[in-house]
Amino acid sequence: MPDPILEIRDLHAATAGKEILRGLNLTVRAGEVQAIMGPNASGKSTLAYVLAGREGYEVTAGTVRYEGKDLLIMPPEERAREGLFLAFQYPIEIPGMTTLHFLKAALNTIRKHRGLEELDAIDFLALVKERAHLLDVDADFLNRPVNAGFSGGEKKRNEILQMAFLDPKLAILDETDSGLDIDALKIVARGVNVMRSQDRAMLLITHYQRLLNFVVPDYVHVLLNGRIVKSGGKELALTVEERGYGWLEEPHARISEEKTAP
Amino acid sequence: MAGRATCPDLRREDCAMKDIGLVTDLYRSELSRFERQVAGTTPAWMQQLRQAAGARFADLGFPTTHHEEWTHTDVTSIVEIPFTPAGRRPDIAKAELESVVSWVGPVHQLTFVNGHFSSSLSSLKLLPHGVIAESLADSCTIVPNLLEPHLGRYAQHKDHAFVALNTAFLKDGAFIYLPPKMVVEEPILVMFVSCPNGKATISHPRVLIVAGPSSRAAVLESYVGLKDDLYFTNAVTELVLGEEAELDHHLLQQESQAAYHIATLAVHQGRRSRFTSHSLAIGSALDRSEVRALLADEGITCTLRGVYAATGRQHVDIHTRIEHAKPRCMSQQLYKGILSGHASGVFNGRILVRQDAHKTDARQTNNNLLLSEHAAIHTTPQLEIFADDVKCTHGATVGQLDRDVLFYLRSRGIDLENARRLMTHVFGGELIRLITHEMIRNRFTELLSQWTSHTYSESLTA
Repeated sequence: MPDPILEIRDLHAATAGKEILRGLNLTVRAGEVQAIMGPNASGKSTLAYVLAGREGYEVTAGTVRYEGKDLLIMPPEERAREGLFLAFQYPIEIPGMTTLHFLKAALNTIRKHRGLEELDAIDFLALVKERAHLLDVDADFLNRPVNAGFSGGEKKRNEILQMAFLDPKLAILDETDSGLDIDALKIVARGVNVMRSQDRAMLLITHYQRLLNFVVPDYVHVLLNGRIVKSGGKELALTVEERGYGWLEEPHARISEEKTAP
Repeated sequence: MAGRATCPDLRREDCAMKDIGLVTDLYRSELSRFERQVAGTTPAWMQQLRQAAGARFADLGFPTTHHEEWTHTDVTSIVEIPFTPAGRRPDIAKAELESVVSWVGPVHQLTFVNGHFSSSLSSLKLLPHGVIAESLADSCTIVPNLLEPHLGRYAQHKDHAFVALNTAFLKDGAFIYLPPKMVVEEPILVMFVSCPNGKATISHPRVLIVAGPSSRAAVLESYVGLKDDLYFTNAVTELVLGEEAELDHHLLQQESQAAYHIATLAVHQGRRSRFTSHSLAIGSALDRSEVRALLADEGITCTLRGVYAATGRQHVDIHTRIEHAKPRCMSQQLYKGILSGHASGVFNGRILVRQDAHKTDARQTNNNLLLSEHAAIHTTPQLEIFADDVKCTHGATVGQLDRDVLFYLRSRGIDLENARRLMTHVFGGELIRLITHEMIRNRFTELLSQWTSHTYSESLTA
């Protein structure tokens, strides 16, 4: 069995003074695709942000080891350089910076960190085209400002292209499937399937089961009230789809005010 | 938005300094020395213009911060330093110049060193027949009839001490003339280099651009200091656009960090003309730049875009005044400020819509980025609207770098310092990207990029 890329032990985290994660445990190994499902406010995005190192999320207890190292002491840029990638649920708009400029700055920083040569404009463009072709996405937005005026689908497509581009060891997709029509969903699924490899781990955070029609995960976990309450194989996703999250609520747990899955 | 906005009374004369006497005396004696020097070498009308301006300067004196238009900009240092007229210097080496101005490609270029025309550093070979781009002094002898109707007519010295002072010392400068229907594709460069060699000197650069009906051209006016010299540039540019003329004006203020730079750009636009101005101000200890545009006829478009960046203890002050005199004109102002260290900035944008000027469309935006808690900006829109049925909008913002954007960049491996630098560059770069002339756009981009890199490396070592 390969060594774990990510080991989360008894993780507690709070944001805006409120505890969201309450003792989360998870192990992800190279080659695996794991799905974390859960209703709104169960802590899915908090987990993603804690792993990526966003400001405003405070870890109050527990440990996170990334390739055996303490992830939580690393600044966000170091996590990225070490191969952690977060596809944002709400990708940020950067008016004034072209996507090309942005990707080039990111890629060359990461390449430099890995001891690779920085790419010049020509090699860079060739790589963009190759990756775009591989994922079957249109690279026409490269000269547009990052995400500015993009549709929801275009923003997610951009995130997937960035993932393919930066070649991460651990990719976390935070509800990348939310709000997409079937065509955009297929592009995301294709991205995940193409990027799936023995050396890479992927964590799909999702509200719905439908992405899992196109991507077959190795494990499915259900996150409720900041804790993983149920783990299983791909069939767990179907059960959740059928029965919702209510049956998994702990007997004494707070009753979620949020709507459960349809 | 239609209606009337109240306006502060700006006609009040409140600029005479109590102890100005001595200083004005100094300038007065310099002036009479200057008049003796140039006596008989310039036409009589120019001499009269100088004398009227000189007398007006003596009346006005330098403005103080009690003057409404100068509240946030204190020119005491300019008053106290005994600046002496910058002499003609043996032409500086081209290589020395090229260390600060790396232009690529052949261009029409007029170069002035300490306010004096330098033919060896200029290159006018490529100008189409009929176009004049010469020293103003020479043009005055050769084509006085082209200058006389315009010179001193648009930059009013009546209410502006620095314009009066510039006009009082009027002798040389740049003159550009475009005959009707003439199109010049390559930008024309006018560069004022200051190289005072240790002494605190003053120069009064003057530019007159006359764009004939339906002519089209682009001009880059740049002010450059070679070292960290102390000097004072007091510039006036007058620009007149004939019917349906199109002019892209670019202004680069790259003075030395110790220099004082005061400049007025006066624009007079004819029917259906189109004027666009792009400015980048990164140099000087104190910069006061004014743009005064008169939209004198119908169907005019006037666009002003500017980026000002200041750090350390620099002070930059942008004053614009757009006067809509006739119907159906459009003006658009977009200024962006980047202030770091202990720098301070002023943006005062005035839009004046005269009674006749219905269907006016006037917009003004001023966005500022403060990179340090000690940096400050005073931004004031002033709308004076005396016509109904007009569209006038204004907006100003002052902010820091967006935390979400910084996190996004960091999550892609870019460290915090670089993320900040990139975002700062992008903030100003957004305006520079709109410059259509590639050579100028690239140069502005490069200079802003250098400025941001320098500013961040400075803040790291501070």
